[in-house]
Amino acid sequence: MNALVADRFVADFERVKALLPGAYVPWLQLAREEAFTAFLDKGFPTLRDEDWKYTSVAPIEKSRFVLTPAAAKSCNDLGGVGTQALPGARLLVFIDGRHAPELSRLGALPAGVTVDSLAAMLEREPERLQAALACPAAGYASGFAALNAAFVSDGAYVHLAAGAELEEPLQLLFLATAANLATHSRNVVVAGAGSRVRIVEQHASLNAGAYFSNVVTDIEAGRGAAVEHHKLQQEGPQAFHIAAVNAALGGDASFASSSFAFGGALARTAINVGLNGAKAQCSLDGLTMTDGRQHVDHHTRIDHAQPQCSSREFYKGVLDGASRTVFNGKVIVRAGAQQSDALQTNRNLLLSDQAEADTKPQLEIWADDVKCGHGATVGQLDPDQIFYLRARGVDAAAARALLVFAFANEVVERIRWLPLRARLERLLRARLPHGAGALQ
Amino acid sequence: MLEIINLHASIDDQPILRGIDLAVNAGEVHAVMGPNGSGKSTLAQVLAGRDSYTVTAGEVRYCGRNLLELSPEERAREGIFLAFQYPVEIPGVANIYLLKAAINARRKHRGEAELDAMDFLALVKDKLKFMGMDEALLYRHVNQGFSGGEKKRNEILQMALLEPRLAILDETDSGLDIDALKVVAAGVEAMRSPARAIILVTHYQRLLDYVVPDRVHVLSQGRIVRSGGPELALELERRGYGWIDAGEAERVGAAP
Amino acid sequence: MASEALRLEELIDRGYQQGFYTALETDTVARGLDEDVVRLISAKKNEPEFMREWRLKAYRHWLTLAEPRWSSIVHPPIDYQAISYYSAPKSRKDGPQSLADVDPALLRTYEKLGVPLAERELLAGVAVDAVFDSVSVATTFKDKLAELGIIFCSFSEAVQEHPALVRQYLGSVVPYTDNYFATLNSAVFSDGSFCYIPPGVRCPMELSTYFRINAINTGQFERTLIIADKGAYVSYLEGCTAPMRDENQLHAAVVELIALEDAQIKYATVQNWYPGDKEGRGGIYNFVTKRGDCRGANSRISWTQVETGSAITWKYPSVILQGDNSVGEFRSVALTNNYQQADTGTKMIHLGRNTKSTIISKGIAAGHGRNAYRGLVKVAKNAANARNYTQCDSLLMGDRCAAHTFPYIEVKNATARVEHEASTSRIGEDQLFYCQSRGIGPEDAVSMIVNGFCKEVFKELPMEFAVEAQKLLGVSLEGSIG
Repeated sequence: MNALVADRFVADFERVKALLPGAYVPWLQLAREEAFTAFLDKGFPTLRDEDWKYTSVAPIEKSRFVLTPAAAKSCNDLGGVGTQALPGARLLVFIDGRHAPELSRLGALPAGVTVDSLAAMLEREPERLQAALACPAAGYASGFAALNAAFVSDGAYVHLAAGAELEEPLQLLFLATAANLATHSRNVVVAGAGSRVRIVEQHASLNAGAYFSNVVTDIEAGRGAAVEHHKLQQEGPQAFHIAAVNAALGGDASFASSSFAFGGALARTAINVGLNGAKAQCSLDGLTMTDGRQHVDHHTRIDHAQPQCSSREFYKGVLDGASRTVFNGKVIVRAGAQQSDALQTNRNLLLSDQAEADTKPQLEIWADDVKCGHGATVGQLDPDQIFYLRARGVDAAAARALLVFAFANEVVERIRWLPLRARLERLLRARLPHGAGALQ
Repeated sequence: MLEIINLHASIDDQPILRGIDLAVNAGEVHAVMGPNGSGKSTLAQVLAGRDSYTVTAGEVRYCGRNLLELSPEERAREGIFLAFQYPVEIPGVANIYLLKAAINARRKHRGEAELDAMDFLALVKDKLKFMGMDEALLYRHVNQGFSGGEKKRNEILQMALLEPRLAILDETDSGLDIDALKVVAAGVEAMRSPARAIILVTHYQRLLDYVVPDRVHVLSQGRIVRSGGPELALELERRGYGWIDAGEAERVGAAP
Repeated sequence: MASEALRLEELIDRGYQQGFYTALETDTVARGLDEDVVRLISAKKNEPEFMREWRLKAYRHWLTLAEPRWSSIVHPPIDYQAISYYSAPKSRKDGPQSLADVDPALLRTYEKLGVPLAERELLAGVAVDAVFDSVSVATTFKDKLAELGIIFCSFSEAVQEHPALVRQYLGSVVPYTDNYFATLNSAVFSDGSFCYIPPGVRCPMELSTYFRINAINTGQFERTLIIADKGAYVSYLEGCTAPMRDENQLHAAVVELIALEDAQIKYATVQNWYPGDKEGRGGIYNFVTKRGDCRGANSRISWTQVETGSAITWKYPSVILQGDNSVGEFRSVALTNNYQQADTGTKMIHLGRNTKSTIISKGIAAGHGRNAYRGLVKVAKNAANARNYTQCDSLLMGDRCAAHTFPYIEVKNATARVEHEASTSRIGEDQLFYCQSRGIGPEDAVSMIVNGFCKEVFKELPMEFAVEAQKLLGVSLEGSIG
């Protein structure tokens, strides 16, 4: 990072650190300072970092963003919220990175379940967040993670006691309304043993222009817990979006993740899953649909640290225009993690000559009694399929649209919660190339 | 209904059809037979509008129109149906969706109202039963994970639903066990009507035991080298294609 | 099959069969590397100025580089100043004019190795450019090949006899700036093979070389250059075995292949350098840069390799698919046992239209062995209709070994189709049980299954190489069963 940029961040940090939530909490002050030092040390990743080989974040480094205002601005009525709310979900809304209680709709929570904004928790019971907001033992994964820890302003806090269950899905809606804003949000999900929760984390924009959202979601699933996490990235066309989802699973726990990336000029989501207890299992699904000059990156890392865990990964990309997508999926099987079962699939559909797909599925295996595999493809629509449809009377444009829809919908079909699936199908249709009318 | 005149077609500059002449009238069933590589499947694909083949000479008239200038979907909507030798798998597209899209594309083309879901389902279920197919197949992805027999039945089901004027069955009998063959044959036989023409492309005689053709044509090296009644198929079965090829070689050899 | 009838137990007790040492006087330059050493190497070889300058440029560039760190291999630091960069058998001074002139000790060494020199080579129909340490000492079949206009000789000889060809093609696929080890090789390479097949000529026999490391503390820096002119065909075999040694030895070879229009080059390797002992002491560091350039339309380059030896293998035989309709192939078996490490794979760079590549990689890791496939498939913007199919399978034997797969796929053209598949598994207990229930002992069963696992690659090797490769697998798996 060049000195000018560093100076700018130093000035920002000095200016806002006393205004951030929990500023008076000594351990948090310390943690923020440490994180900021780590950020200065690491700087922004460059193409020389193997994990960022295909994604240049120079545009983020070059842009000057304003930090989240210290206090939540009062919200006028935002028409966007109503249309984004998923039917039957409990809703927690964040406007420009700040909790908006008047727009949220949590309802009465069952016993053993706490859902609140991170900022409110830091006011009320900061100690419950100490473990989550401390520097991770392995250090920060990237400059962005450190930056998030230094500047974290708000996010969701979800806690389920052992055996607790949140029947209705919880929708975390992050809406950007202001241009040139940088938001550093953190979601903390602690699911006690045997608990169950389904979370939809959605990022969307209301004509916000260029902005930068830097999000970290930490999920801890205790023994036998079942957590679903669905991420919908629909940021504005000029937005920068850098996100990490870190899930640590105990024995017999299950984690179902999906990540849908439709928006952003430059967007990256890293999903890291630690299968830290025996027989834990996870499924990671993802779909990227890009057009124009979008650059969308998915990095996943599944760590089989204990025996008899299983992981399934199914990622697809549909690329149009001059867009570029990156998929990097790493599966690690640690020594002693016998009977690990890992399968990873990445398929990419190139619709345009200007598009570029980079894919890097990786296996790192340190045990022998394993069943691991991966497959990756990059290709285009199958002419045989197009001809078959045409020979049944479907015109060429509609046939292509249908096949693109079918390709992408294979990811959507894996979603078990119907209202979310219906929403995604609608989003898919809206993004189809011309001729999609025949699909209605 | 269909008139093929001196049709030549090639793929990657490799001539496959070298002058086909064939006329098929409404109400007739024609069998096109021939050894592997004789051009049978190419003929079927060219009639359906496969663009990987280039028509280099000749013409094809269908109900008075120039067939070759129509796109594959226009041909389908005009009533041409090709039952594929290798039905294509389409992951992610439900079989029922394809059936509905196909039927409604045809109806719309004719200026008829599109079928609503109820009428459509009733129609499909009826035909399914006739084909001895499991209803679950409707909701599976097109041909994906279907057995060989299921794929072929699915083609015949589509044909029954689309009620084509000209049906071309490309080796629909190959790879079928005897029970499946009977079901497929019954499906074809049920389609026989004075208003409809059917072309059966086949390698073997056995389908013709169940669907007796009006005319049999034998293709060799891209030309029709013999035409006759159903007895020609039986003779072929008895004497093998070597008989035809030898004759053909003689004929070609004798040509100046 | 003969290979499957091979008794594994017999092989297990053999140890490293090629482990012997030939006492020979050598003409060795003092250890260490500086410009003077580079000049000395060039002078000893009586090289023209362009060669000396090329070496010096490489050396100066090398000084600016650092050892690559991106692969998964680990090793203690290499002291490049503790290596002697030149040695030649003394008998060379008189210049052996025929086989009769060759040092008998050398001939006996080859005999033990089974190098088909003298009578046997005629029977086997193999022309051998045998490299002993750094200087080629015997070349056969040259006359026969010369009749067809084929040039097959040591690199040194090519520099003297065919400087124009060397100058035209040397470094045109692997430039001296390419990477740390290739750059070092460019500065100090001792000798190697040179092969030129003129337009339209189909080389009537398999050309082959045998590499050996012998003299203490002598790095091996081979350089091979093969050019198949328009419409030419050549199949080239490279086999190597090395005597038992305690100290690690560096081997940094460079192989450049150039296929012009309609030409085809097949390059097969069986690599069996000394792998180190059971505790991981000793063994060769095999850091090799191999690259082929399908320069002309419709050209074809195939790499087939069986890597069973070396303490560390670091090599990525690659193909640059420049010509339209050109084809690149890479087939590999890499086996690591005890403490061996392999980081190997390929790069297929699609530049021309309608280019095709196939990658089949079979990794076998046993003991504490580490085995990584690392590969790149790149489809450039103008490479319309590029096709790639990649299959990487790993077989694990024992719970302390490791197998990694790191494919990189970069596609910039929408008409490309790239497919990559990988699997990792251990030998199935049901497979073993099935074999045992048919009366086959566990070692034989493992040998059978491993050979079956590698069959797709072995079938691409010439017959005698395939047999040797299967033997090597058996020997290399010693102690990994049970």
